[in-house]
Amino acid sequence: MAFNLKQEAKKPERLTGGHRMCAGCGAPVVVRGILRALNEEDHAVVSCATGCLEVSTFIYPYSAWTDSFIHSAFENSAATVSGAEAAYVAMKRKGKLPQGETKFIAFGGDGGTYDIGIQSLSGAMERGHNMLYVCYDNGAYMNTGIQRSSATPKYADTTTSPAGKVVPGKPQSRKDLTMIMVNHNIPYVAQTSPLGSKKGGLKDLHEKAQKALYTPGPAFINALAPCPRGWRYDTPRLLELCDLAVDTCFWPLYEVVDGVYHITYFPKEKLPVEAYLKPQGRFRHLFKAGNEHLIENIQKEVDDRWAMLLKLADNA
Amino acid sequence: MSKKLSVPGVDVSWKDITPGGIVEAGTCREFKTGDWRSVKPVWKQDACKQCLLCFPVCPDSSIPINKDGKREDFDYDYCKGCGVCANVCPFHAIDMVDED
Repeated sequence: MAFNLKQEAKKPERLTGGHRMCAGCGAPVVVRGILRALNEEDHAVVSCATGCLEVSTFIYPYSAWTDSFIHSAFENSAATVSGAEAAYVAMKRKGKLPQGETKFIAFGGDGGTYDIGIQSLSGAMERGHNMLYVCYDNGAYMNTGIQRSSATPKYADTTTSPAGKVVPGKPQSRKDLTMIMVNHNIPYVAQTSPLGSKKGGLKDLHEKAQKALYTPGPAFINALAPCPRGWRYDTPRLLELCDLAVDTCFWPLYEVVDGVYHITYFPKEKLPVEAYLKPQGRFRHLFKAGNEHLIENIQKEVDDRWAMLLKLADNA
Repeated sequence: MSKKLSVPGVDVSWKDITPGGIVEAGTCREFKTGDWRSVKPVWKQDACKQCLLCFPVCPDSSIPINKDGKREDFDYDYCKGCGVCANVCPFHAIDMVDED
C-alpha cells in the first residue's frame, strides 16, 4: 500500500477540469487526492453537501465527476450516500448487480459538515454504513460570502464576525470535529492536509484516503483546504499555508484506527502560530499594536490541543 | 408500500414518471475555464525533472500525464492561472507570465 506517485499518476483522472471552483482553490486538490486513492477498477458513488464544491462541480448540465454523482441538499449528503450504500448492499444480496466493487463517498465543506450536516453525518456513522465522509475544511461558509462557521478559527475576520474596534473577529473557538467523529467509535478517522513538495506532497492524504476507503465500515476524513478568497492570502501560496498549518500544530495530522490515536506528522521544529496567521488577511488585525494578547490566546489554545493529542497518541 | 402515488386525481405509478435530471459524467470538459486566466504557466521542459509533484496540486486537473507516466504541457483549456504548480516546483521549471 506504499505511496508511489509515478504509479498513481497513471490512473485516469476522476475529477475533470472545467469546474467553476476559484483559481487556486484547495478543495479540488483534496478531492483529486481522495479519488486517486480508489483502485482503478472500482466504481464510486459520490454526493456533496451544498457548498462551493457542490455548486461548482455540478452546474446543470455539466458534471466534473466521472463517477456516479448524486445531487444533495446542505444537510443530508451523509444520509444520501448511506441510503445509496444500503440499496447497493440489498441489490448485491439479491444478485441484481454485476461483480466489482463500488465505494461510497460523501464530501462536505465545514459548513455542511460541522454545522448543518452534523446530524446526518452522525447518524450515518452510527448506523455503520460502509462509506467515507470527507470534510474539506476551509473554515467558513465561503460559497455564500465568507460567513463564520463553527470551524472558523478564533479571531478570524469573516463577514458575520467582522473584526472592528470592539470585537476582534470571531470570539469563539473552533469545534474539534475530528475528535467528535473519533468518539463515534468508528473504525477509521483521520485528519490530513495536502502538503508542499518538501513534506511529501499528497502522500499523507493519499495514504489516509486509501485506508479510509478500504477499511470496511464507516470512515471519516477531515482535510484542510485553504481558500484564497476567504483567508485572503496570495493564491499561489496554497501549499505553503498547509505546511505552516501543520508545522505550527494548528492542524495536526493524525489518524485513529479502532480507537488508537497515531500522530502521522511531527514538525521538526514547532513554529509559533504567528507564522500561520501572518500570511492571512483574515488575521491581519491581530498584528496591530495592543493585540498581542489575542495571538497569545490562540497560541495557548493550539498548545493545549497539541498537548492533549500527544497524551492520547501511541507514538508520542 | 403502495406502488401508486397518493395524489388526488392522478393515477400513475412511479414507473411512469419522467426521471429527474440526469447528466452524463464528466461533461465539465465541455466547459472551458481557460479564459479566466490573467497569468499563464509556461513549462520549461529542459529544467523539468519529471518529479510529478506539480500534477496532483493542480485544482483544475490541467497537467496531463501520458501513458508512460510523464507530464505533458499544460491543458490551457482549463488552467485558471492560479500559480500553485509554479510555487511547488522544486526545479523552477514553471514560469508564470502575463497573458497577452
